[in-house]
Amino acid sequence: MSYRENVEITRTACLADGVYEMWLKTEKMAKEAKPGQFISVYSNDGSRLLPRPISICRIDGNKLRIVYRVAGKGTEEFSKMEAGQRLDIQGPLGNGYELEKILSDVAGKTGKKVDRAVLFGGGIGVPPMLELAKQLHDAKTCDVEAVLGYRDNQLFLKSEFDEFGHVTVATEDGSIGTKGNVLDAVKTCKITGDVIFACGPTPMLRAIKAYAEENSIEAYISLEEKMACGIGACLACVCKTTHKDEHSQVNNARVCKEGPVFNAKEVEI
Amino acid sequence: MEVSKLTDKDLNLGVDIAGVHLNNPVMEASGTFGSGMEYSEYVDLNRLGAVVTKGVANVPWPGNPTPRIAETYGGMINAIGLQNPGLDTFCNRDIPFLKQYDTKIIVNVCGKTEEDYIDAVEKLGEQPVDLLEINISCPNVKEGGIAFGQVPAMAEKITAAVKKVAKQPVIMKLSPNVTDIAEMARAVEAGGADAVSLINTLTGMKIDVNRRTFAVANKTGGLSGPAIRPVAVRMVYQVANAVNLPIIGMGGITCAEDALEFIMVGATGVAVGTANFNDPMTTVKVVDGIRDYMIRNGVKDIHELIGCVK
Ligand SMILES: Cc1cc2nc3c(=O)[nH]c(=O)nc-3n(C[C@H](O)[C@H](O)[C@H](O)COP(=O)(O)OP(=O)(O)OC[C@H]3O[C@@H](n4cnc5c(N)ncnc54)[C@H](O)[C@@H]3O)c2cc1C
Ligand SMILES: Cc1cc2nc3c(=O)[nH]c(=O)nc-3n(C[C@H](O)[C@H](O)[C@H](O)COP(=O)(O)O)c2cc1C
Ligand code: FES
Repeated sequence: MSYRENVEITRTACLADGVYEMWLKTEKMAKEAKPGQFISVYSNDGSRLLPRPISICRIDGNKLRIVYRVAGKGTEEFSKMEAGQRLDIQGPLGNGYELEKILSDVAGKTGKKVDRAVLFGGGIGVPPMLELAKQLHDAKTCDVEAVLGYRDNQLFLKSEFDEFGHVTVATEDGSIGTKGNVLDAVKTCKITGDVIFACGPTPMLRAIKAYAEENSIEAYISLEEKMACGIGACLACVCKTTHKDEHSQVNNARVCKEGPVFNAKEVEI
Repeated sequence: MEVSKLTDKDLNLGVDIAGVHLNNPVMEASGTFGSGMEYSEYVDLNRLGAVVTKGVANVPWPGNPTPRIAETYGGMINAIGLQNPGLDTFCNRDIPFLKQYDTKIIVNVCGKTEEDYIDAVEKLGEQPVDLLEINISCPNVKEGGIAFGQVPAMAEKITAAVKKVAKQPVIMKLSPNVTDIAEMARAVEAGGADAVSLINTLTGMKIDVNRRTFAVANKTGGLSGPAIRPVAVRMVYQVANAVNLPIIGMGGITCAEDALEFIMVGATGVAVGTANFNDPMTTVKVVDGIRDYMIRNGVKDIHELIGCVK
């Protein structure tokens, strides 16, 4: 189930240049949310009709935390809001990570229990990995290795990942950790694992898909596409799939419904 | 001022479109609501006069490359490219789903050739659907890609061809991308249409100045949403004065007042499109708002309002 709610903002903060967080007090949404899912956030300005899809960064009781980068007028509006103000949101949306299922599927395919999960987050793809890291850590079935890519030394959320596993950092400007992107960090630090989870810009996901295929590792990646309904009705947000999709009867899956998390082998990016 | 003493049960919101009775005039616009499955988590479909399904063709269509949409001021541009699963899947999955509800089913049909439309309409003849809505904004591939709905003779011809095989009443959905909408309405009336719906989207373009390219991959797309409402109201008014057919009006409806504009210039039915993306409950809010307006203003029957602005 997903819901439409008018929620109260309970906390906001600026985490890095242009990167903000917001905690939202929900009635039902947080209780049903999974890592990897997203919410639709609506503008209070009637000239902007379409929802802004934002990933769930943390789930805490009845609260959801989102972390977003100011990318245009809508996210700019959100960044100016304060605790006590209200927002319309819808969710939780998308498939998210069905952790138990994914871990047993991977074990089934590889014939080996998942002992180590590698989580890749690039830029504003870092936040959605946090709840996943927490749930993997809490389940105590495998080690968590997080590889986080940032532009510079503003390592937002990094210290929170430290609580849930081992963290490796790459920065584009080389100010901290490996200079370059997350895959450069993987190569330099010789990181391996039994399953990959990744969220970030498309070129990064493309490289991870190739890396996973070369090394025969199952990889789950979160895709982004422009959305209108956010619930699977309008067919705005499709991605190319290698198989005929059951819903569409063509090689297109809905990022907002069948995704945003896909097995990397099943999509063309 | 005298306060109206009407209550809910005194009101008549029911309307007839081409002999089909709708419990109220409100439906959603094709393509913005799928077949209602996803929205049924938010909306009680029993409360809609009808559900209008996403355009379906005789065979599956893959649609356009992404990005398929872009937001614009008070509206959006879409170039979905009529992606659809084809009639077989639609008839096996979507129609049985909708039959669970106490609402009418209007199936929107698209095609690339006259034969495509005829094939789809013939197959739908055996299905338990109430009305067909023929989207003639699709390019006619045999006539150099110009839309069926842009040339009066072509619109009349496709209407007549569809009418010849259709088992259900036929609504012709008009494109606003024409010089004279009244002439198009007269053409489909001459072809034998049972009703008309309008407006489809207005062709538009948006440039993404950061990427220095078109905001939607198809370059052009259809503009919809509140930004187009005044154009749509004007066109419904013109069509109401040009033909003797029931009209379903749409284009930028977000609330009851917007819907009443269309009704007052002559629409018997109204459809909510883009506004569903902003608030999935818009359709039922429009129904409730029309009811409130009638109570407030002592209007017993919706027919007192249809076409009351000449
Ligand atoms: C599933 C999903 C999860 C996301 N999670 C996050 C997140 O956790 N944090 C974060 O900062 N960003 C996230 N994004 C990207 C975020 O949706 C956009 O940055 C945001 O919509 C930009 O809105 P704007 O009004 O500021 O920009 P504008 O450019 O003014 O937006 C114009 C329109 O384009 C859409 N749009 C613009 N960029 C994107 C984009 N990258 N993806 C989808 N739609 C876009 C907007 O929603 C809006 O409809 C996510 C996107 C998706 C699809
Ligand atoms: C995303 C999207 C998809 C649409 N798909 C169809 C379609 O399949 N067939 C059709 O006849 N009209 C389609 N339309 C047009 C709408 O039904 C409607 O005519 C138009 O959007 C104007 O109404 P609105 O401003 O309320 O959205 C679509 C519109 C949108 C925004
Ligand atoms: S945004 Fe409408 S189907 Fe995904």
